[in-house]
Amino acid sequence: MSFTPHTPEDIALMLNSIGIDSVEQLFDEIPSAIRIEGLPDLADGINEMAMGREIKKISAGNKNLLNFIGAGAYQHHIPSAVWQLAGRGELLTAYTPYQAEASQGSLQIIFEFQTMIASLCGMDVANASMYDGASALAESILMAVRANKKTTSKKIVIADSIHPCYLNVMNSITRYQGIEIQCVETDRYNDVNTLKSAAHESFAAVVLPQPNFLGQLTRVDAITDWAHQHHALVIGLVNPVTLGLLKEPGSWGARGADIVCGEGQPLGVPLAGGGPYFGFMACKKQFIRQMPGRIVGKTTDTNGKTGYCLTLQAREQHIRRSKATSNICTNQGLLMTVATIYMSLLGPQGLKNVAIKSHQNTARLIELLNTVKQVHCVYADNFCHEMVIQVPSSAKSVLKKMADRGVAGGYDLATLGQAWADKLLVCSTEVHNENDLQQFITVLKTAIEDV
Amino acid sequence: MSDIKDNLKYTQTHEWVNFDNAIATVGITDQAQHLLGELVYVELPEQGREVSMGEEICVVESTKAASDVYAPIAGKIIAVNDALEEHPELVNQSPYADGWLFKIEPNNPNEIDQLMTPADYKNSLD
Repeated sequence: MSFTPHTPEDIALMLNSIGIDSVEQLFDEIPSAIRIEGLPDLADGINEMAMGREIKKISAGNKNLLNFIGAGAYQHHIPSAVWQLAGRGELLTAYTPYQAEASQGSLQIIFEFQTMIASLCGMDVANASMYDGASALAESILMAVRANKKTTSKKIVIADSIHPCYLNVMNSITRYQGIEIQCVETDRYNDVNTLKSAAHESFAAVVLPQPNFLGQLTRVDAITDWAHQHHALVIGLVNPVTLGLLKEPGSWGARGADIVCGEGQPLGVPLAGGGPYFGFMACKKQFIRQMPGRIVGKTTDTNGKTGYCLTLQAREQHIRRSKATSNICTNQGLLMTVATIYMSLLGPQGLKNVAIKSHQNTARLIELLNTVKQVHCVYADNFCHEMVIQVPSSAKSVLKKMADRGVAGGYDLATLGQAWADKLLVCSTEVHNENDLQQFITVLKTAIEDV
Repeated sequence: MSDIKDNLKYTQTHEWVNFDNAIATVGITDQAQHLLGELVYVELPEQGREVSMGEEICVVESTKAASDVYAPIAGKIIAVNDALEEHPELVNQSPYADGWLFKIEPNNPNEIDQLMTPADYKNSLD
């Protein structure tokens, strides 16, 4: 049976009305190089059993490597209870519940999630989650430009390194809205003086990554105060797990960050080959009407009982159409639920322990790396749970040799340019034990000798 | 029946204008506040901003909708009603007095003549 309700006549009518000849024409802007024309190795019309066998064969090619890659997605221990609970029928939904009268449980979970994120960030309010960290950053930038009434500038300054993929997403989303992005390369300590000399004109906001893409801590207090002196808003881009340990963005500098966003994956979401993940976003109360997305509020019904419902939606797309604050139409319901359960199980102290253990493991790894003659720890201090090492040959070839020996040795920084092609971004979290760290060193040594 | 003041000028988009002493005070009409319902937030324009006729410069938000307010004439914003920050409901309670939104110093006062008379505005509502 056909799952699409429209007839060939309907389709012809619609195509005619927008002035094109075929449905395929709608996809013209997608480059042919990234389009899949059928599945070449799979016979057409095979049955479920044959398909299952084929898929099993393909998945056997996956290697279960000991993982030291971070770079925006982090392997943390996920207590079994998290997904056991999230898999219950009451919770297993990916969609935002609009009907308050039928969705009190889901709405309450979102409300608790918002409360936890706001508290973690030291902000007044948070929304019900975003698609991922990169889109949360792009939306934060659009929001900052809308919210900053002190300047008409649409310029954003990024204080040093953020994930290259985030830059791409940001450009895709903000490019056609007249927003200008300036990435200021600061020194490794993100000295505020570098920013002073680079950012001359007025600007709407400064993006502060903490830690930055290279795992380094940013001098958030000095830069926050400097940005505020220039009437710019401060957008904190943070890793929620490290917030268990680091100063909350709401307390950066004298007045705190204005908007905080980040990738929520470290909070109970498995790496899963790159997604789905979820983003989060929080802000000071004065900017709440400029915050995009769904927001759940706590209220009382006509009988005086506590209830939950969507709130502050008057500027969203389902009400304001083309004049909406953003085109964010929903949230990442399931993953937000998972994060809420994860945070509830760990509590503030548990989250802090995860951050501390991850930092200690990374520190121990650096200690061990210092015994490897040909390896140089480029940033051996000022780190959270990720750092940069330099190897004597190309990072790519070293990583390949390490993978052959069962270790995913890190992220190849060649994506940042040729000068980085001999550098690796290495991450250790609480999932590693001393044996794992020793194994990393042994395999790294062998790989270097082999290359 | 919505209240229409005889001494004011009007726009098709439901703003009223009181031109007095070379300054235009602007608000939204009784009809507009009634249609929007109870206002919960008013986003006022920046003082000192130069605006052109018909430009979206202000947002009034009720529990069910957010609507733009347009500049009825070109000029410079010389004052905004700060009281609305804490008390947006003033627009509902007193649309033609305490609930005013902003004052414009017109570039060309003759533009006022292009606005609707009370009778025209009344007819447009019928």
